[in-house]
Amino acid sequence: MADALISPAVGGAAWAATAGLVGFSSRRLREDLDDQRVPLMGVMGAFIFAAQMINFTIPATGSSGHLGGGLILAILLGPYAAFLTLASVLTVQALFFADGGLLALGCNIFNLGFFPCFIAYPLIYRKIAGDHQIRWRVISGALIAAVVGLQLGSLGVVLETVLSGISELSFRAFLLLMQPIHLAIGLMEGIATAAVVLFVVKARPEVLEGAVRPVVREPVTLRRFAAAFLAAAVILGAGLSWFTSTHPDGLEWSISKAAGIEELRPVEENLHRSLGDLQGKTAILPDYGFKVEDHQGADGTAENGPGWPAVDVGTSVSGLLGGALTLLLAGAVGLFLRRGRTGH
Amino acid sequence: MSKIQQHFYDIGYLDTLSDQDTPVHRLDPRAKLVTTMVFITAVVSFSKYEISALIPYVLYPVFLLAAGNLPPGYILRKILLVSPFAVLVGIFNPLLDQDIIMRVGGLSISGGWVSFGSILIRFTLTVGAAMILVAVTGFNALCLAMEKLGAPRFFAIQLLFLYRYLFVLMEEAINMIRARSLRVFNGKGMGVAVYGSMLGHLLLRTMDRAQRIHSAMWCRGFDGSIRIMKPLSMGRKEFGFMLGWITIFVVLRFVNLPRLVGAGILEIMH
Repeated sequence: MADALISPAVGGAAWAATAGLVGFSSRRLREDLDDQRVPLMGVMGAFIFAAQMINFTIPATGSSGHLGGGLILAILLGPYAAFLTLASVLTVQALFFADGGLLALGCNIFNLGFFPCFIAYPLIYRKIAGDHQIRWRVISGALIAAVVGLQLGSLGVVLETVLSGISELSFRAFLLLMQPIHLAIGLMEGIATAAVVLFVVKARPEVLEGAVRPVVREPVTLRRFAAAFLAAAVILGAGLSWFTSTHPDGLEWSISKAAGIEELRPVEENLHRSLGDLQGKTAILPDYGFKVEDHQGADGTAENGPGWPAVDVGTSVSGLLGGALTLLLAGAVGLFLRRGRTGH
Repeated sequence: MSKIQQHFYDIGYLDTLSDQDTPVHRLDPRAKLVTTMVFITAVVSFSKYEISALIPYVLYPVFLLAAGNLPPGYILRKILLVSPFAVLVGIFNPLLDQDIIMRVGGLSISGGWVSFGSILIRFTLTVGAAMILVAVTGFNALCLAMEKLGAPRFFAIQLLFLYRYLFVLMEEAINMIRARSLRVFNGKGMGVAVYGSMLGHLLLRTMDRAQRIHSAMWCRGFDGSIRIMKPLSMGRKEFGFMLGWITIFVVLRFVNLPRLVGAGILEIMH
């Protein structure tokens, strides 16, 4: 995901969700109070960089693959530490390699961190690979988990891009473009991950046991994680649906919106409606093109004379408001977490 | 191979640039981080057909380049080289959106080309701003700023650690790649078997390193948090910098300066 393709509302919503997850993961790790993890995570982040430089060739295809990072980190460090480590890797990439950008960082961490660490690893890899003792289970677990993680991640990219409305690609076309590419990338990632895990199992199995151990307190963890995720989802959903709800009605709606903001006053009601909208939207998702109907833009410009295209005033203002609101929310989440921590 | 090394030394160079002493470098990192975030948000908040109103935003990166004594050629080259994702996705716009929305002389320009141009400008501005932010602030100071602005401390420490060992491990990886490439003939040995044990060894060495670091830190009184001996202060200069630029960004967001100037010029010509 890149800054150039994102709208403030989508970027802000993803930032809020990611900030929540980062705060949550940090707190979980602090509670474990295993300070040996601190240097291990830092060095593992650097390891991911180094590992991405080394690649291998796939026989008969001539292509080469390398490690992506999310899954192997989750296997070695556990989901919380892996998520934070991956978030730091992506932050450095955004700053030094200009990969993505600062506003898209929230999306990138969510797409590449959340899915492998909190979905693919606990729900797929651990279930299949178990204690890493059986070779074919490790390989199939890594392959399936990597593929699923990357498919979900690229679905995230598609949704964020289409909702932002900067790219002209329709939901379906972009999906058809992205998913097959990421199927290939996922297979490579699975092979690389399995190769490294199998080596570690042979050379130093206690490393992997160490990673599995902290997960024993599953019931508490899962419930609290679910609560945090629910909160993140509500923020994300409210942010996104607020933005998307400006699209279908097009010109009239945006002009009326630009004229007055009285609709914003009853916040609860607005949120309620937004959530209702979201529900309606998810139901028709498969058929819905998501394409922003901006063709009216030309007329709007002509009618309203100078200034920028009138049709975009409403969406931009609402986008800006949405972005500001979600950023504020992210800040509030951060502040809240800091409060909570000092109270520890 | 040489490309990898180039990339690697490039990161070091960006950090070298941050080790200067100009008025911009001396500003509190928080002020620069916040201002840059507002800048990026303002740039991406425009409608997808916007080109002219985006252009004045070049002012901010240009100012930082100039006042921060940064080599513009280097930054521009880096922007051109990186992240083809936005460009690849954006190139579909001219194909998909062929409604004519603009005529310049006899030339008709479709909406797709306009929005593609807009994507390229956004890309240059946002990527440039992020890179310049690192070059005028430095990574360590940025981590500190993030922590002060509410990012969990654990995360800030993680970033600092990652950055410190990034160079060490990349150097190790480069050595391994070189060693392997010297022993590979006809592509034999580039497969996944060698790869697995190579990366596995790197991983084990990495973990041993973490263990040593942890012992060394433990001996020196590490208690899970890092203290940074760099005083931060938000003074008059910082608030001036932030308020000044944010005001400019907001004004530019609502006033299309190039169009006003253009209209003014036309008026005078008439």
